[in-house]
Amino acid sequence: MNFEIPKEVNTGKIIEVSIGATPEQGGTRSHTVTIGGSTALPFHFFEGEHPHRPLIAMEVFDKISNKYPSSLLDYYGDVIQKPGEMAQKCVDEYGAELISVRLEGTHPEKGNKSADEAAEIVKQVLESVSVPLIITGHSHYDKNNEVMKKVCEVTAGENCLISYVEKDNYKTIAAACIAYSHTLVTQTPIDVNLAKQLNILLTEMSFPPEKIVMDPLTGALGYGIEYTYSIMERIRNDALAGDKMMAFPMLVNPGYESFRVKETRAPEQDYPDWGNVELRGAYWEIATAMSLLVAGADLLIMYHPQAVATVKKKVEEMFDGRGGD
Amino acid sequence: MALSGLDIFKLLPKTNCGDCGVPTCMAFAMKLAQKKAELSECPHASEEAKATLGAASEPPIRLVKIGKDHPLEVGSETVMFRHEKTFFHQTGIAIQLRTSEGESTLEQKIREIEEYKVERVGEQLEPDLFLITHDSPEKDIFLKTIELVIENSTKGIILDCAEYETLKAGASLLKDSHASILLKKTVTDEWIDLAKNYNCSLILTSESYEDLATQVEKTKQAGVQNILLNITSKNTGLQIQQNTILRRSALKKAFKPFGYPLFNQINTESEFDMFATAAALLCKYESIVALHEYNRALLYALLTLRQNIYTDPQKPIQVDPKVYPIGEPTPESPVFVTTNFSLTYFIVSGEIENSGISAHLVVCDTEGQSVLTAWAAGKFVGETIAKFIKTINLEQQVTTRKIIIPGFVSQISGDLEESLPGWEVIVGSQEASDIPSLVKSLSLT
Ligand code: SF4
Repeated sequence: MNFEIPKEVNTGKIIEVSIGATPEQGGTRSHTVTIGGSTALPFHFFEGEHPHRPLIAMEVFDKISNKYPSSLLDYYGDVIQKPGEMAQKCVDEYGAELISVRLEGTHPEKGNKSADEAAEIVKQVLESVSVPLIITGHSHYDKNNEVMKKVCEVTAGENCLISYVEKDNYKTIAAACIAYSHTLVTQTPIDVNLAKQLNILLTEMSFPPEKIVMDPLTGALGYGIEYTYSIMERIRNDALAGDKMMAFPMLVNPGYESFRVKETRAPEQDYPDWGNVELRGAYWEIATAMSLLVAGADLLIMYHPQAVATVKKKVEEMFDGRGGD
Repeated sequence: MALSGLDIFKLLPKTNCGDCGVPTCMAFAMKLAQKKAELSECPHASEEAKATLGAASEPPIRLVKIGKDHPLEVGSETVMFRHEKTFFHQTGIAIQLRTSEGESTLEQKIREIEEYKVERVGEQLEPDLFLITHDSPEKDIFLKTIELVIENSTKGIILDCAEYETLKAGASLLKDSHASILLKKTVTDEWIDLAKNYNCSLILTSESYEDLATQVEKTKQAGVQNILLNITSKNTGLQIQQNTILRRSALKKAFKPFGYPLFNQINTESEFDMFATAAALLCKYESIVALHEYNRALLYALLTLRQNIYTDPQKPIQVDPKVYPIGEPTPESPVFVTTNFSLTYFIVSGEIENSGISAHLVVCDTEGQSVLTAWAAGKFVGETIAKFIKTINLEQQVTTRKIIIPGFVSQISGDLEESLPGWEVIVGSQEASDIPSLVKSLSLT
């Protein structure tokens, strides 16, 4: 019986964004990484191109809160207190393709570390690994701006991915990214229109489009993942239909969001139906990551080594040998 | 595929006789297109019109049921993306039983799966089916396994057995159970008859679209309409693409041979790999997924994902409006108030828990709207919150008179204080994630 594969040809293309800079480019990274470039829905090789496969980053911390789940603490041991060594372990042992330095300890209520301390930690991580870095801040605008400005300055030329700016707080950090050659994450609260608006605001201040990554705000499995999932599908569909203000690669946080929720911490004896808590943490993060991958995620920041290994292997399999960098 | 009013008009007699109760054929065609009338109301409609309209009103993807008492229903989907409307019939999760595992292991597994039920957001979640794969040299164990499932479980059954006589004996045990037969070889008349005689659906398998379509046509013509499609792929990436192509062909091209629910069996992988594939395919159109391994953590995560993806995007899920104890609150513990949008509830209760204190969380009825939406709609304002607190007799249950409202609705604090004499209204943080620091700064205990 005859059958013709129904293909949908798109006019839009996701912008290619590179992170990191080699010595020739003014940085110190051994290589850069690139995401984006897709001309079809995720993994639809039958009707478009995906020159770059989605990448998995792992995260290190300036301060470990006492809420950090014990299942992960057991995995990492003391090294989790030492961002430099932790970064090395993530790259060498677990295959992290980028490292995110989360500077939550600079939040006035979560440690109030100074901008200089944050800069020191970032420099330490830069020295311990050669992969490109993501710098992840928080939502205390004044302090975050101060910290990010400083970090952008001391890492000038490295083309870090600075995460993130919001609608009410983007100018200072965006200006610092332009001044010191970094790439920027625009974060909006699970909303198509707000996402577009913020990207327009940035381009209006002449922020280069090839330096923007979008964060649609991750809801973990069981905590709003369906909203994130559908917003991402809508953003990606709009982008492929030609909307240039939506055509940026997307960043998601399956690790941070999954390991905040009760389901990855509550002991099995309290919730026997939920099963083994260590396995559960890994499954929770894998489910969050896999569903967001098929919705269009290009860059995932993950926590559990088993989840990282599983998702990375799947991504490679789904690319079937293509898009190798 | 839906016909337009004009398409339908062309099929009508165009005599404007009015017997249908509408003055003109055109007006009647418009009503038909809007599904506000039935073709049978026109006594003069031709056979051709009946046939064409009949075919057009068939759902683009057939609904198939597996099981007896509470059958699993799959298929009948209408969109490619859940945001376009919703996904209707959630993915059925099938647990594989291999007859080579031996009777005692099988019996234990069946009991375990039958007992596995977990509640989430007021819904009971559980796996739906057993896939019985016959890979033991003994014929009897296949029949024995079927009997064990019938005795211990009400879940539907999929039979997977390459040997015709054995399968037939198995199917005869399940005559009225709407079982399904997983056929891994090209379908033949023999198998179709068997499915017909024992009232089973057929899962047709192929690596190629053309061959699969041919098998479907043959099966349909021979009188078996309850079909599922099993297009096999060498990896997860191809499976996503193939599932998409089948679904798209059915919905966008009205390609009838692919208008059936999809079956995916995930083999040969570690539990983690299997889970990752199942999770991706659950989002991308698998109607039934068969798992060869399971544990409670795996099932809980997969069932939660299914619940999330198959939630109607237009209808926010709600939790019961009432007072929820967080930790072990005493009458002096503080009172937090929020809306009954389930996501809001989950996040707020989780963050209060994270802060380490015990509290009473009052969840108001906002018809499932989030804080800001409910406030804008007048469902989460001073008066309504006060009224709810009175209705549930909170003042008799607690001695504290401190109530914390979400930071986003600080503007209602005056109204609330007026409507709740004797209470001190505290404006909390905007973000739930800041509740722990709020608790600290207020020195709440
Ligand atoms: S009864 Fe039939 S033929 Fe007569 S007006 Fe209605 S549609 Fe036309």
